Amino acid sequence: MRRVVITGTGIYSCLGKNLDEVAESLYAGKSGIGIDEKRIEYGYRSPLTGIVERPQLKGLLDRRLRVGLAEEGEYAYMATVEALRNAGIDDNFLDNNETGIFYGNDSSAKAVIEAHQIAVEKKDTTLMGSGAIFQSMNSTVTMNLSTIFRLRGANMTISAACASGSHSIGLGYLFIKQGLQDIVLCGGAQETNYLSMGSFDGLSAFSICTDEPTKASRPFDKNRDGLVPSGGAASLILEEYEHAKKRGANIIAEVVGYGFSSNGLHISQPSPDGCIRAITMAMRDAGVQVSDIDYINAHATSTPQGDAAEAQALDRMFAVAKTPISSTKAMTGHECWMAGASEIIYSALMMQNSFIAPNINFETPDEYSKNLNIVAKTQEKKIDVFLSNSFGFGGTNSALVVRKFENTNSI
Amino acid sequence: MTKNEVISKVNEFLVDEIEIDEAVIKPEAKLKDDLGIDSLDFVDIVVIVEKHFGFKIKPEEMANVRTLSDFYDYIASKVS
Repeated sequence: MRRVVITGTGIYSCLGKNLDEVAESLYAGKSGIGIDEKRIEYGYRSPLTGIVERPQLKGLLDRRLRVGLAEEGEYAYMATVEALRNAGIDDNFLDNNETGIFYGNDSSAKAVIEAHQIAVEKKDTTLMGSGAIFQSMNSTVTMNLSTIFRLRGANMTISAACASGSHSIGLGYLFIKQGLQDIVLCGGAQETNYLSMGSFDGLSAFSICTDEPTKASRPFDKNRDGLVPSGGAASLILEEYEHAKKRGANIIAEVVGYGFSSNGLHISQPSPDGCIRAITMAMRDAGVQVSDIDYINAHATSTPQGDAAEAQALDRMFAVAKTPISSTKAMTGHECWMAGASEIIYSALMMQNSFIAPNINFETPDEYSKNLNIVAKTQEKKIDVFLSNSFGFGGTNSALVVRKFENTNSI
Repeated sequence: MTKNEVISKVNEFLVDEIEIDEAVIKPEAKLKDDLGIDSLDFVDIVVIVEKHFGFKIKPEEMANVRTLSDFYDYIASKVS
């Protein structure tokens, strides 16, 4: 049986621009949420967002490699540089080892809108420039990263709404397990500009707790009033165990289970049954019982309906075991296409440093969350196995089970 | 706009915006072989010329433009 391990991670988010900064924020329960004034002028109902600084790539990357990168691609580049570095992978390695890429992304709205505005103004598509097409496509992240890092394996974008990042890891895991690839770059990216989230805001899905932005995202809390959009990028290097061992890579954790399902119901309303089917499949794949899970990183985004559905699913499966649960979205906001990947990194950081990051702002349970063991304050805790949930529009569900890597694990 | 102003402005955007090494910018330099300008760069040059000089390059007018010197002449002919 081929085992799949994580040998590198990299993160660029509203909690920090690298693993160290993010680990510190997670431990401190620090929120990355703020206000974007442009959104008010544009017509948003809520100006709240995760605050992510755009990286400056001039000087780091040649112009030709930069012009095709949309905002989310820039975040993904930064996260990938860190992931490759801590995986001990350099250009020479990439030139000599077939490496795949599965990355989650489900929009590139700013690039599309800006190109359209040029056409409207100038009546000439040439004036959109050479980068517009490469920035505008949904596969912008994978087409750019595979070019920049000269990747020669499987190469595709996973678009599965807010489960994109999680499915990208699941598919990387399956490709390695099946013997189709030895090493795959996985992850998720999410643009944070005001042009990208207007239509989502239009559904009144966002919190309007503008007086206290850091209190706006409050997953599972009775007084939650909606999510806060956020973004950035998260990259992970997945590798076949023997391959990693042979090159002396530092092994961070092992991906042991992936489960998926589709609700087949409403386009935006969640389903506890769909969540349970994905979680059950991932746990069966991992060969773990409820009592084996030390921590659950919930999908919970702080919307009334979404959190209620997940809480019902978790209640049915984990209430008796009192498994510790937190949604890091309380601090990050909803990182959408990126979330499923970033939350594996957040949870792996907790696993490496033996703590559970808090579900800040969880003050009053509701009828669905009252029986759950939701961790509202940072807790010191040894984590050997964690479960990470991701659910998206269209009823796409993904669950991943990750185990602390032990050399003595049976093969 | 004088020819010298055109030369200076073209050189400036080639270095600052197309990021061509200043050392290779010489009148006799071939756009493709010496400056490494490919078809995608050319699209961006069309955008930059429109921005700085206020006209749109027509590809058919560029048929005989091979060197930087030819390019200066072409731009100068359009803006003089």
